[in-house]
Amino acid sequence: MAVYKKTYRPYEGTLTASWKRFLVIPRYAFEDLHRSRFLTIFYLASFLYPLIAAIIIYVEHNVDALKLLNAQNAARLISIDEGFFMSFLGWQGMLALFLAAFIGPGQVSPDLTNNALSLYLARPFSRAEYILGKLSVLWILMSLMTWVPGLLLFGLEGYLEGPAWMAHHFSIAKGLFLGAWIWILVLSLLALALSAWVKWKPAAGALVFGVFFVASGFGGAINQMEDTVWGSLLSINTLVGTIWVNLFTGGDQASNGGAFFRVAPGQHLPAWCCWLMLGLVCLVFLSMLRLKIRGAEVVR
Amino acid sequence: MTDPVIELDGLEVCFGGRLILKKLKASLTGRSIGLLGPNGAGKSTLLNTLLGFHQPTAGTARVFGHDVRTDARRVRSLIGYMPENDAFIASMSGVRFVRLMAELSGLPPERALERAHEAFFYVGLGEVRYRALGTYSLGMKQAAKLAQAIAHGPRLLFLDEPTNGLDPPARTRMIQLIQEIRDRGDLSLILSSHLLRDVEECCDQVLILKDGNIAAYCNLEEERRSNRRFLELEARTDGVPTASFLEALEKLGCETAQGAQGRIKLVMPEGLEVRRLYALAAEQNVQIRRLNHKRDSLEDIFLKAMENSNGRL
Repeated sequence: MAVYKKTYRPYEGTLTASWKRFLVIPRYAFEDLHRSRFLTIFYLASFLYPLIAAIIIYVEHNVDALKLLNAQNAARLISIDEGFFMSFLGWQGMLALFLAAFIGPGQVSPDLTNNALSLYLARPFSRAEYILGKLSVLWILMSLMTWVPGLLLFGLEGYLEGPAWMAHHFSIAKGLFLGAWIWILVLSLLALALSAWVKWKPAAGALVFGVFFVASGFGGAINQMEDTVWGSLLSINTLVGTIWVNLFTGGDQASNGGAFFRVAPGQHLPAWCCWLMLGLVCLVFLSMLRLKIRGAEVVR
Repeated sequence: MTDPVIELDGLEVCFGGRLILKKLKASLTGRSIGLLGPNGAGKSTLLNTLLGFHQPTAGTARVFGHDVRTDARRVRSLIGYMPENDAFIASMSGVRFVRLMAELSGLPPERALERAHEAFFYVGLGEVRYRALGTYSLGMKQAAKLAQAIAHGPRLLFLDEPTNGLDPPARTRMIQLIQEIRDRGDLSLILSSHLLRDVEECCDQVLILKDGNIAAYCNLEEERRSNRRFLELEARTDGVPTASFLEALEKLGCETAQGAQGRIKLVMPEGLEVRRLYALAAEQNVQIRRLNHKRDSLEDIFLKAMENSNGRL
């Protein structure tokens, strides 16, 4: 209809499938995020490590390249094993934390500041779909910087080493996939919960770091003072690191995770405790979201 | 008989042990229904319950036959909602916001964009549709809220205090838009307002709530029609006995009552035209100096509904 015909008319066209309407939210979010030059540069920079890791894997299997670099013995120094991939995931996981702190606070708070949430939920669109839509923004971005390049690297190594290596090191693929999913879930829920409760974005971003570093420091202090390991239950990165070690190596106490998720020697917690604690943490974040994500405030 | 737009079937809503809506029972059939009541009467709670924001404690409600308890998603797909308070994303441009809302209602992206532009032109914001919503004036924000409520082509429109904070020209424009939407006949609307004039100008039925109860539900059109039969006239008889004029009026089928200073109140029978009264007065040599239709306005209806057992408001 031409715009000069300023009249109301009902809509009689087709409708999109209701199951995929939550994807509208990430589409709009990506359009907004794309406008931030800083974020675009940061995101592109986050692929440097996977690129370097891919080069290392390639060079390690290319005798000519090693000869060219005059580093024939380098192949023995670099071992592409659980430790290599755990370090990769640890580094990328840390970048994911920064990403969550940058973009997480801007997800829910703008909808709450001026009550736009009531308009979302006055449509055939549920609270669960809203949270799923917001989670998928972070999940898609973080997946592309963690488990997706991780599995590609695993595939490259497997291609160069042969199928036997892949079969023998299947736990690496499992660790990359599940380990990253757990981390992404915890991070995304935390970022959204803080975004819902703290409307000032810089404060919410700082709190994302605070929850990890302050709680971790507090847990470490308890460990020191009480000569125990249970203080680590407050440290989300230790919990995740322990689960990663469990997934990658089947609970080998000699391994200590990667980068930011390193578990100090002798500080290993039982894996079931870590799973339980992370489950509880996720439930707390979900409850925080449940309290804030509603169509109308009830004044009791 | 017209199918009901909304059926309230013993609807009860309770917050923190306090009953907000008390066993509401009504069948609303009008094309435009006004929702009136003092603050705290339960108007917004009723709208929010119909939208599925609050769960009924007992009873239920149906919108176009769909139960709000069991079929909330379907109910919401039929509704366009313009809330009372601010509701926007400050950093988003108007047209992008309305497009987002239309897409969430199920419109494909291209159609949503087209409808968002149309809706913005329709509500008179065509020129500012690319500006961030946070920079809009109050009147523009109200119009933008209306745009997002109609962009997806709902069958039922909930307008919660649509003229709140508008200056007179903006209010007139908003009322005209609502009347235009109503008169097209494509959708029904529920207008919740504390301004009786808004409801009177836009609605053909009115539901009045008081303390969570239905205080009155009436058809304004019927009220207006019956009001047209009530007349109050001031006659100058110049020596002709008033009684004979009253007798002549009664012969025409009118019910009459004589007041002071030549004032006569009468109810005309169906089919009797006012000009017949003038003709009769001329025959009787009576001058009709003033003739008023008695106006039982919405205000009267509202005040009657608000009267408590002591006759006090």
